[in-house]
Amino acid sequence: MESNKIRYDNLTVSSSPHLVTSLDTTKTMLYVVAALFPAALMSIVYFGIPALIIILVCMISCVFFEWIYERLLGKANTVRDGSALVTGLILALNLPANLTHLGGIDYPAFMPILICILGSFVAIIVVKQIFGGLGRNFANPAIVARITLLVSFTSYMSTWPTTRFQRAEIEIMTGATPLAKLAEGSLATAPSLRDIFLGNIGGAMGETCALAILIGAIFLIAMKIISPIIPVSFVGTVFLFSLIYYAVSGNAPDGMSPLYMACFHVFAGGVMFGAVFCATDYVTSPVMDLGKVLFGIGCGLVTMIIRLFCSYPEGVSFAILFMNIMTPHLDSFAEDRFYGISKRKKEAAAAAAEKKA
Amino acid sequence: MFFKSKHLNSINAGHHKHTAGCATEVMPVPATVRISMSQNIGAPCQPLVKKGDTVFVGQKIGDTDAFLHVPVHSSVSGKVTGIESIRNAMGGTDTLVVIESDGQQTMDPGIKAPTVTNHKEFVDAVKASGLVGLGGATFPTWLKFNPRNMDGVKVLLINGAECEPFITSDHRTMLEDAQNVIDGALAVMKYLELDECYIGIEDNKPDAIENFNKMFAEQGLSSMHTFPLKASYPKGAERVLIYEVTGKTCDAGVLPADLGCIVSNVTSIAFLGQYLKDGIPLIKKRMTVDGDAVSEPKNIIAAIGTPVYDVIDFCGGYKTPPTKILMGGPMMGRAIFSDSMPIVKGNNAILAFSKEQAWIPEETACINCGRCHKACPFGLLPTGFADAYAAGNVERLNDLKVMQCMECGSCSFVCPAHRPLAFMNKLGKAMVREASTNGK
Repeated sequence: MESNKIRYDNLTVSSSPHLVTSLDTTKTMLYVVAALFPAALMSIVYFGIPALIIILVCMISCVFFEWIYERLLGKANTVRDGSALVTGLILALNLPANLTHLGGIDYPAFMPILICILGSFVAIIVVKQIFGGLGRNFANPAIVARITLLVSFTSYMSTWPTTRFQRAEIEIMTGATPLAKLAEGSLATAPSLRDIFLGNIGGAMGETCALAILIGAIFLIAMKIISPIIPVSFVGTVFLFSLIYYAVSGNAPDGMSPLYMACFHVFAGGVMFGAVFCATDYVTSPVMDLGKVLFGIGCGLVTMIIRLFCSYPEGVSFAILFMNIMTPHLDSFAEDRFYGISKRKKEAAAAAAEKKA
Repeated sequence: MFFKSKHLNSINAGHHKHTAGCATEVMPVPATVRISMSQNIGAPCQPLVKKGDTVFVGQKIGDTDAFLHVPVHSSVSGKVTGIESIRNAMGGTDTLVVIESDGQQTMDPGIKAPTVTNHKEFVDAVKASGLVGLGGATFPTWLKFNPRNMDGVKVLLINGAECEPFITSDHRTMLEDAQNVIDGALAVMKYLELDECYIGIEDNKPDAIENFNKMFAEQGLSSMHTFPLKASYPKGAERVLIYEVTGKTCDAGVLPADLGCIVSNVTSIAFLGQYLKDGIPLIKKRMTVDGDAVSEPKNIIAAIGTPVYDVIDFCGGYKTPPTKILMGGPMMGRAIFSDSMPIVKGNNAILAFSKEQAWIPEETACINCGRCHKACPFGLLPTGFADAYAAGNVERLNDLKVMQCMECGSCSFVCPAHRPLAFMNKLGKAMVREASTNGK
């Protein structure tokens, strides 16, 4: 009764599972771009067309560098994974919305564009691709690019245009950030918490509006793209550290409470943006929960030490870079604790010694 | 984790329980069955019949003297036309007894309900029934019912979680064979002197939970309980189930009995309930036939040894050419290379996937996102295993406790880079095993 139906005897065999999630790297990256959208939008609202131009230049040049590098080296093309897009956007939002004010130095007019492109080059080629591309870089590309630009073009990178609402009140086109004023001891009239929270202050394009960053953070956490551990421990450390510092030292500028200063440190600089979008970079942060907690605390501590005791007014980028380098150690520490590696070894050694004796 | 959570990590692998509403259809016995001699974990059986022999339904046709063994029975009556050997899904070689059915389905005259009065007779009866763990692990059930610490075992855990996507055969068993489940469970509790019985069922099967609750109440069974589990993968894994129900941590290599439980699949228990009534050994199996290459997905009862193509033909044939056929679920099932492979005891599903459904995206670079670690029920670190395996570092594999991996596939499922992590875990485990045998 053999039927004449077709039999299949060359089917695909593979190891289980035979079903995988539809979430891939590209989608993950697009979620991050979506989460950055409110911050990018607010930067355009506050700083206008220059912000838009800088965002576009950084994103396009990051993607271009990724493409050209892989093309020249004959590597598989990974532009489609979207990670260069994210790097470009984060880099742009870390820069001043500054196309015209060059900090008193006589640069050519197109210099800011070149600076953006140079930043993209550092991020994609130097930090990411040379170390083997996505997943292989030991430091966050956008953070290293920002630091490179900061030390190379210090005056450009610390000349902050005022927001359009500030300009409506006072006719100043650029001004120091609140943190810079604090470091100089010239924070005479403190900005209101509302202005700081909504971002109506000078600063890097994407960093100023804490509200927009919070929306992005909630989105990423709700979509399970990032774990809240690093942002919470980072921001929490900054808050507690400054609260205790000002309460104990009494160094707060006239008439400002330690609580105000704690909120000031959380919202005024790059802490929120760095904690949500830079410190949570998968590749350069620890995998295990304990490592993440330590990473966040470390970021917060280094940030506050730089802000309060060192000559730079802002320390988020340096803190994140520093902790990026610490990540392998945090990972192995967390693994050791979680799996009890050294404990088991110690026990085994003790048992062996006992046997001998 | 810093604190011990009440639930182990799990993932949402989708349910795809298309056939949950399909009442089981009994498939007619095929013209020829090919019964494998390797249907359980442990030693394969030696054929007891030879070419030309006449066999009855339920007649023992394979057995062995090895410790870890279960006999194999004929699922049809007819004539043995040959003893073949084939390459199995694991790459090894299996011996098959090929029997041409005479269509009469004449029962072996020796078959009668077993007389069971004490524990030893119970274990012997279970051994004679050919029962293995029907959840897919195919561990000889009689051994499970004969723990070395009889007095310490108090609880019977029946696994009705059925967390694998697509499969609904356990679900149908719980609806259609509920009385057998209860009878089987009561027998196990009686002869093993157990106090309580929990049936773990995922909460996406509320009808099964309700059905049992109603029957327990009606029959006044105060020692039997249902235990709803969150419908997520892999709640039905033995060690996960034990933790969820009893809160006890079951490390790899530890027997559930050492923690005071006997864990058994619901279909195994249902079979036992039936077997104690009529004495017919394990010769047929309920399974889900699904996948987008199958015309009419349904639940069927098929004779052990039925070729897969006959099963597919019974379900309306192929709708589109299959690219992959799985024995078992998509998370832990085995891909077979040919649809002439026979049904074995451990089969709870035959899934035929078209090219589209079988497609797994290309592997990309690891982005260190840690999803594999978060997905692992035991919090293992698959990326660490993969690196250590690539480096041939057995010590590191042991440090990260690779042997705890139960190969559930959650890590591979969630990986956004689509790395075959579960596969690398298996390779890592094999490397550790090899190193420990060579070291001795």
